[in-house]
Amino acid sequence: MTVVGERPNPVGFGRMLRKEDVRFVRGKGQYVDDIQLPGMLHGAILRSPHAHARLVSVDTSAAEAHPGVRAVITGKTLEGLKLAWMPSLSHDVVAVLATDKVRFQGQEVAFVVADDHYTARDALELIQVEYEPLPPVIDARRALDPGAPVIRDDIAGKQDNHIFDWEAGDRARTDAVFAGAEVVVSQEMLYPRVHPAPMETCGAVAHLDKVSGKLTIWSTTQAPHAHRTLYALVAGLPEHKIRVVSPDIGGGFGNKVGIYPGYVLAIVGSIVTGRPVKWVEDRSENLMSTSFARDYHMRGEIAATREGKILALRVDVLADHGAFNNTAQPSKFPAGFFHIFTGSYDLQAAHCQVRGVYTNKAPGGVAYACSFRVTEAVYLIERMVDCLAAELHIDPAELRLRNLLRPEQFPYTCATGWEYDSGDYPRALRLAMEIAGYAELRREQAERRQRGELMGIGVSFFTETVGAGPKKHMDILGLGMADGCELRVHPTGKAVVRLSVQTQGQGHETTFAQIISEVTGIPPEDVEVVHGDTDNTPFGLGTYGSRSTPVSGAAAAVAAQRVRDKARIITSAMLECAPEDLEWEKGRWFVRGDPTRGKTIQEAAFAAHGSLELPEGVEGHLDASCVYDPPNLTYPFGAYICVVDVDRGTGKVTVRRFIAVDDCGPRINPMIVEGQVHGGLADGVGMALMEAMAFDEDGNHLGSSFMDYLLPTSMECPSWETGETVTPSPHHPLGCKGVGESATVGSPPAVVNAVLDAIGVRHADMPLTPAQVWRAMNGRPYRTDLAIP
Amino acid sequence: MRVPAAFEYERAESVPHALALLARHGSEARVVAGGHSLLPMMKLRLAQPACLIDINGLTGLSYIREEAGQLRLGAMTRHAELLASALAARHFPLLGDAERVIADPIVRNRGTIGGSLCQADPAEDLSAAFAAAKALAVIEGGGGIRTVPIAEFHRGPYETAVAPDELLTEVRLPIRPGAGSAYEKVERRVGDWAIAAVGAVVWLEGDVVQDVGIGLAAVGAPHFHAAEAEAALRGRAPDAAAIAAAAALAAEHARPTADQRGPVDYKRHLVGELTGRALRRAVARARGREG
Ligand SMILES: Cc1cc2nc3c(=O)[nH]c(=O)nc-3n(C[C@H](O)[C@H](O)[C@H](O)COP(=O)(O)OP(=O)(O)OC[C@H]3O[C@@H](n4cnc5c(N)ncnc54)[C@H](O)[C@@H]3O)c2cc1C
Repeated sequence: MTVVGERPNPVGFGRMLRKEDVRFVRGKGQYVDDIQLPGMLHGAILRSPHAHARLVSVDTSAAEAHPGVRAVITGKTLEGLKLAWMPSLSHDVVAVLATDKVRFQGQEVAFVVADDHYTARDALELIQVEYEPLPPVIDARRALDPGAPVIRDDIAGKQDNHIFDWEAGDRARTDAVFAGAEVVVSQEMLYPRVHPAPMETCGAVAHLDKVSGKLTIWSTTQAPHAHRTLYALVAGLPEHKIRVVSPDIGGGFGNKVGIYPGYVLAIVGSIVTGRPVKWVEDRSENLMSTSFARDYHMRGEIAATREGKILALRVDVLADHGAFNNTAQPSKFPAGFFHIFTGSYDLQAAHCQVRGVYTNKAPGGVAYACSFRVTEAVYLIERMVDCLAAELHIDPAELRLRNLLRPEQFPYTCATGWEYDSGDYPRALRLAMEIAGYAELRREQAERRQRGELMGIGVSFFTETVGAGPKKHMDILGLGMADGCELRVHPTGKAVVRLSVQTQGQGHETTFAQIISEVTGIPPEDVEVVHGDTDNTPFGLGTYGSRSTPVSGAAAAVAAQRVRDKARIITSAMLECAPEDLEWEKGRWFVRGDPTRGKTIQEAAFAAHGSLELPEGVEGHLDASCVYDPPNLTYPFGAYICVVDVDRGTGKVTVRRFIAVDDCGPRINPMIVEGQVHGGLADGVGMALMEAMAFDEDGNHLGSSFMDYLLPTSMECPSWETGETVTPSPHHPLGCKGVGESATVGSPPAVVNAVLDAIGVRHADMPLTPAQVWRAMNGRPYRTDLAIP
Repeated sequence: MRVPAAFEYERAESVPHALALLARHGSEARVVAGGHSLLPMMKLRLAQPACLIDINGLTGLSYIREEAGQLRLGAMTRHAELLASALAARHFPLLGDAERVIADPIVRNRGTIGGSLCQADPAEDLSAAFAAAKALAVIEGGGGIRTVPIAEFHRGPYETAVAPDELLTEVRLPIRPGAGSAYEKVERRVGDWAIAAVGAVVWLEGDVVQDVGIGLAAVGAPHFHAAEAEAALRGRAPDAAAIAAAAALAAEHARPTADQRGPVDYKRHLVGELTGRALRRAVARARGREG
């Protein structure tokens, strides 16, 4: 309850309503599709109906003659501009518009620019394309078969569909541990191709101002600065003449990290017509052509003693990257952070090998709140631990407790080289078990089994790896991952903070104000957060991989500390004492031993802009900036427990309870953290039970609308039960670790483990739809990446 | 945003006006009721009618009433209205069972009974429910009014007895004594179309099934109808063995096809499972034992 006169908001960390929601709940958000410019034209993309076909001819004459059509752009047009292909973020190229072949269903073939959206769509139907269909490569496990059709014949000398082989860990040592192990359990599993499916699809408005020569691009981007530099590098435009604006974004989840052909086409459309061009894709275009996530075919092996001490892990992965290797991830490793697959356990040795292949599917790979493949890694280890528990007849929670890293082992360097910063894992798991009433649940389960009812309890423990990242491990096309931040305190003590990261719903306008507030004592409502406009914010690589708080949050904290330090000097000048004699309490410097003598930060701000005589070498005003280069990643973690009921007759799963204990260090705004966790848990239920993009043998996308690609609704979600432990990160100025993706990473294995626990089956692949559960109960689960046979 | 191809738009003021518009615009015209099936197809450009005849003004076709020993549903009755109807629930609780799992509240607020039947999607729930209830469809055209048994209404997927210049105006469900009914559906997620669904109506005379209707959705049953299972149960006591036998026959004669909702064997299994469940609940309701 709010008492009249009491501050509604905390100064610094604490629960407060989100500042940005005032405009969202009033329908006043400004999304890309809300942008209207004088003379703006509308673009639409013609897409390939085939998964693999040679492009024989594209006849655009009828479309060009259609009233209201201003331009029709094809691969040929782009070839003339040297823009038919663009570099991917993974050392490959991506077709902007097809020139030689189409390589997945939904690939971009032509672009129409017209007076309105309806005309543009109508004109698409007038374009005559002649295709010569080719056999497609759909099953990733057959991609390297001898004689498999070669998808990437655009690459000189390419004879197969192989992209990369990569390994991490110590193979010899791992093999040696396995050779001597008492128990070895192995399991094949697929993390299916899923889609982030943000509420807002992707789109852009491009406007090349012919007079100033300045190109402005409003687009759905999680990384405006990275996009600007890439446009400069790719299109050869001078970088100062490019401004990228990311207005309100309706969800990203990694889907909006990369540059899509549609953005480039909007730019080309504007160059060709001399007018602003808007392009916004529809839902099917989003699902069929933009970055998918996962698609990892994994084989795990776990070695242990009979008492349940886990010794080593070995993993072999086949990674389906689609038609172009365009995973939008910043690590120097082709499998992202997958080699964190040792999870939360103390292992003697580990080894993984990953092989990437091309298939006739859309490119992508790491989108969807995955922390660059930590999702796949956590799923693998958490399923393997459950397989081991089943093999050894040890309770899965107990088996985890026996193997979790102990608090005194931190900082801990895992078998594949990652340095975990801090944690108390057993405490988190015990707390989750306590909230769940774990022992009581197991008793209930046994009773229900007696009555023939299927109830399951699933446990997962995850360690996240976020805050990309240290330069030694990361860059995007040579760009490092340090984030800038600029903080300016106005004379009256209000402030503006400028960030390089870009909110897509995470609540940056609130949490970053709270970070500044925590350090300076300026109330959060007095701090304006500016982001998403490259002309008005410092450089940085954007928001994904849960990096905003660990990296930009640190930058903001350091900038705020610098402001606070400067306020100290100013206060000392005001009070005519030495800075060292001043002590800080939130919002105010005062004379040590005489708390009545002091100045608030607001008073200091005014003085900093006033006639006060400042000490030698101290400039006026009260502002600071910081470029924060993270010394290490941060490692949030959590313990999740899921309780399900399964209908034996139909295979239908009901998630009855879900307990999530998260540790992300200190919580800046606990309400926002819980919201992030709730969303991620819903994601997890979705992936575990219903989401997957399968393809039939011709390469038809079988999940190209929300009737076919199912997202969970509130009806499938229980009332989430959340808990927390707090283990600060030792190297973040505020100890914060980031939490955006924790629940998406950690929850799918808990749900899957629960379902498999209920039906007493070792493994079946997600999504565990009623049909798959029933088939699994009958010993015949099917492959979920292909059409159901 | 998906956008349909260009089309003309006419708003009908009455049934005769709608029929006149249909006659004038010919087979290129389509009536639009709730639009929840037609508009998505138009946005996908799978349907490109030259003219839409809006019948949402025909409020006279929106009713649920008991008349002449029948439950009569006007074609423009919305799903939500049927769901809320105590009258319908009293005579045919399977309608409420079905409506509760058709689509979502947004679709149910606009989608109509008539649109559901005329869409004739093989997974349409009300088609199976009406098949079980042995309903009659009332069709109006230039030539007058005719009544078609539901078993003759559906000619195949997306094909009905309604000619391009006709309207479905009403659905009639004969009210007979000793009735109990239930609808069972399994979906992958709330709001999804059925993987399989079964509606059952039994009419008991003492301990004997005097008549029974079993309707199946989404599993390739001709006319949404499990004729063999019905025949096996008619005249028998609805005990566990008889219901199991009927369920097995329904499963055996269903013709499901594999899709991303499930493989054939699972769908066939579901037909049996759900037929058993629906029959048991229908019998319990007929005996006044369950809501
Ligand atoms: C997201 C979603 C989920 C759905 N899930 C389900 C589900 O789970 N189960 C289910 O059964 N249905 C489901 N539906 C379908 C929904 O029930 C139907 O779309 C709806 O009831 C059709 O009615 P309508 O009034 O919207 O028809 P419209 O879309 O207006 O019309 C459908 C067709 O019927 C014709 N038509 C309409 N009324 C008449 C009439 N009186 N005479 C002659 N022809 C007519 C139209 O010309 C058109 O061809 C779903 C739909 C959506 C959009």
